[in-house]
Amino acid sequence: MQNTFGNTQQTQWDWRAAGNFMFGGSGGALVLMAAIASWPGVPNLVVGLVALGFVGLGLFLVWLEIGRPWRFLHVFFHPQTSWMTREASVSVLLFAATLSGVLLQTPALLAAAGLLGFLFLYCQGRILRASKGIPAWREPAVTPLIMSTGLAEGAGLLSILLIFSGAGEMWLLYLLMGLLAWRLASWSYYKQRLAANNAPAAALQALDSVNRPHVILGNALPLLLLLTVAVMPDLLQPLALLACILATLSGWLLKFTIITRAAKVQGYALGKLQQGRPTIKPPVRREKDRFVFDRD
Amino acid sequence: MTRYVMIADLNRCVGCQTCTAACRHTNATPPGVQWRKVLDVEWGEFPDVQRLFMPVGCQHCADPPCMHVCPSTATAQREDGIVTIDYDLCIGCSYCTVACPYQARYKVDKPEFAYGDLPTENEAKRFDERTLGVAQKCTFCSDRVDAGVAQGLTPGIDPEATPGCVNACIADALSFGDIEDEHSNVSELLAENTWFQMHAELGTEPGFYYLWEADDKRQGTSRVNMDVQDTQG
Repeated sequence: MQNTFGNTQQTQWDWRAAGNFMFGGSGGALVLMAAIASWPGVPNLVVGLVALGFVGLGLFLVWLEIGRPWRFLHVFFHPQTSWMTREASVSVLLFAATLSGVLLQTPALLAAAGLLGFLFLYCQGRILRASKGIPAWREPAVTPLIMSTGLAEGAGLLSILLIFSGAGEMWLLYLLMGLLAWRLASWSYYKQRLAANNAPAAALQALDSVNRPHVILGNALPLLLLLTVAVMPDLLQPLALLACILATLSGWLLKFTIITRAAKVQGYALGKLQQGRPTIKPPVRREKDRFVFDRD
Repeated sequence: MTRYVMIADLNRCVGCQTCTAACRHTNATPPGVQWRKVLDVEWGEFPDVQRLFMPVGCQHCADPPCMHVCPSTATAQREDGIVTIDYDLCIGCSYCTVACPYQARYKVDKPEFAYGDLPTENEAKRFDERTLGVAQKCTFCSDRVDAGVAQGLTPGIDPEATPGCVNACIADALSFGDIEDEHSNVSELLAENTWFQMHAELGTEPGFYYLWEADDKRQGTSRVNMDVQDTQG
């Protein structure tokens, strides 16, 4: 990237947009984890409702942010290229499959819901990656980071629910350990790529400000606690609970920081000088793809 | 085919902001919204300091990221390359704003006027409620271009078919025209001068070119730290 100037903070997406990534991502992953944990059965209604509650809360928060909230149905008009349209479409199917799956006690529907929860999370990662105006978001390494943290949060939330209901699962805690390791690696790689691509210094500073709490309190400590539980299963309830809470909160902190504090705009720059009449790339001309309706 | 582009000659621009004022008058944009603005850029260390003025705004990219991300199809592209916003379709999600690498888009949620609660005569005449709560940006004065073309006029040559900012420029620093016509004003300017596109490495193929001297000292400007004043109206 060239030496840019004017890398100010974007102000269009605030805590409400961040809330969609925080809670929506956790909810989608919770559906997936619940589907895996209960297979070949189905999770109970409470788990399904909690998961959908998280997704619904995220979507509600982002709905509060849009300028014309009563036109929300227009969000479905551009599945050809918009990851926001795809996320919204997946969320509708996710609600339908999860609700019908737990109400009708149908494992196949829950399996589909789990897959949709995973897709919902993937869409969130791609929404950020498509944001070319924000160097900290368009970095391709953001997608595995969003995926890994979302899955870790989902596993953490499911473990919390199971521990409270007195049915903590050791394999789920092992899975969480693996996801935390993946999240740590993704986080490290993401920051490395941003630095290598000369992302705005202020963006890197914002990320660095949460590095220590995220790595130590959000990943290393939960891993240590879970390892202790693996050796001494009698301590599952207090230690695993604390580990899951820390892992989930840390994921939310991470996403909140990426959306609201590390989102410095591209800025301006002088480009590389060229000479001669340029080679003209024709417009991609997507006008024919537009949704047209009768406004009368 | 036609592909409209704009050229800003940085060797000529004096930073008078007349283009900004003309744009704001033409489109009655509210305070803080400048579809065409001019950056005041300084670099170097005293006494070796240089300064330039850089008009910026929507670059009407050939491959606009704002259009690809738009969930409602409100942002579209005309055959002539002008990137448009359908105010009746836009939901105001601002995804286009964060996708634009040129900080060209704005969103205003309530009516705001230059001198308090009451609009000036021009603002009252041009106020469009449809622009509230949705994305807005430079249109290349497409209505003006279309009206001119319909009368057989040539955009970039005839003022009645040319964007307001270009008409208003006191230094003849801004030019507008069809780059697919190799004999057009803009094609000739690009053929005869050295130029650059902003953030070309992002693959957006901007429809906005900057003329700049191929002076060794000036070529180094992209590698030095710069201070910029982003004048907000």
